[in-house]
Amino acid sequence: MKLEHVTQHIYLVLMAALFTIVFGLIFGIIAYLFPKVRKYVIFVFDLFQTIPTLATLGLLMVAFGASPTTVIVGLTLYNLLPVVRNTMVGLMEVAPAIKEAAEGMGMPKMTKLFKVELPLAFPLIFAGMRISLVNSIGSAVMGFFVGGGGLGYVLYRGIRTMNFTFILQGTLTLMAMAIVVDAVMSYYENKLLPKNQRGA
Amino acid sequence: MWVRYAPRLMNAILTHFYFVIVSVSIGSILAVILAIALSRFKKAAKYLMPILGIFQTIPGIVFIGVLFIYIGMRPETVIIALSVYAILPVLKNAYTGIVTVDPALIEAGRGIGMNPWILLWRVELPMALNSIITGIRMSTIYTVSWAVLAAMIGQGGLGEFIYIGINSNMKQFIVMGSIPAALMAIGLGYLIDKVQVKLTPRGLRRN
Repeated sequence: MKLEHVTQHIYLVLMAALFTIVFGLIFGIIAYLFPKVRKYVIFVFDLFQTIPTLATLGLLMVAFGASPTTVIVGLTLYNLLPVVRNTMVGLMEVAPAIKEAAEGMGMPKMTKLFKVELPLAFPLIFAGMRISLVNSIGSAVMGFFVGGGGLGYVLYRGIRTMNFTFILQGTLTLMAMAIVVDAVMSYYENKLLPKNQRGA
Repeated sequence: MWVRYAPRLMNAILTHFYFVIVSVSIGSILAVILAIALSRFKKAAKYLMPILGIFQTIPGIVFIGVLFIYIGMRPETVIIALSVYAILPVLKNAYTGIVTVDPALIEAGRGIGMNPWILLWRVELPMALNSIITGIRMSTIYTVSWAVLAAMIGQGGLGEFIYIGINSNMKQFIVMGSIPAALMAIGLGYLIDKVQVKLTPRGLRRN
């Protein structure tokens, strides 16, 4: 009974992560390329993260029904901000000298973006993805209320029936997932930094 | 339907608001005190911060549920749980804020004869205030979210409407609970932003 919940949970988180990364990058790049829309883009995604998860999920459920898809959409929206913001800031913080050098070499804007700016901004983007992913693991718990299953179900059952074992199992699994994901991603994040910037 | 449930909705909004304000206040005060303590023992901080971070990954549901089993169905359960969760965002930011105060400023303070307590009160804390308020802002927004779970142990708040709505498939209820919750989070965040601008010394304002 328990393994299926873990896999469900992982499925929800992974699917949400996929969309978060794709859309996060897209919007981050758009925000970077078009300074005029920056404020609005950040404002919108900040809004999604401010609205309580359960409220967002509830409203989505009213509109689209209760299903794993609803949960994935909700999770994605909620966790887009870190990726969008870090992508934008990461791109912005690439040394102007390097950007000028690329332009000076005659690179068209898109080439410059993909071959120079994105690779240099990647550590920060990766950090944003890490925050997003770890947060989704926790937020996905609420998913079960909206028909998504996952570890939220185990926890909720545990609390309702005062079954401490359930609660403990669910919690430890969640914590383990979060710690592992965070540790693995931190390790790679550190490797991405140039040798003189490596820290923890 | 709106008219019939308006008083109950009002009650829920106020209860929710009460939970958020009280918990964030308690959490913030504790967090600042802890941050000050940690800033004096930086070695301990290196171990403590990750541990607290791990604590945060425990979903609010669990903590409230566990406390509920031990303390029972009372408002205190919710306040304790929410306060504990409110501590971490403020603690992280307060600690970072205090620790990254320009050492030159601290030296200058010592140079004019400030003792450690006055240094803290007149130099470090004001410089860290910006970070602290950012932390409080984050904490408040998260707490509005977690307070929704308070309804799970029958303590009221907007979660009540959301849960009842989900469980009995009454869409109006879900909306009646979700929208005020969303507005509360956005509203409080906006208010705190305004306070932050007002409290920042004019020389440091970046806008």
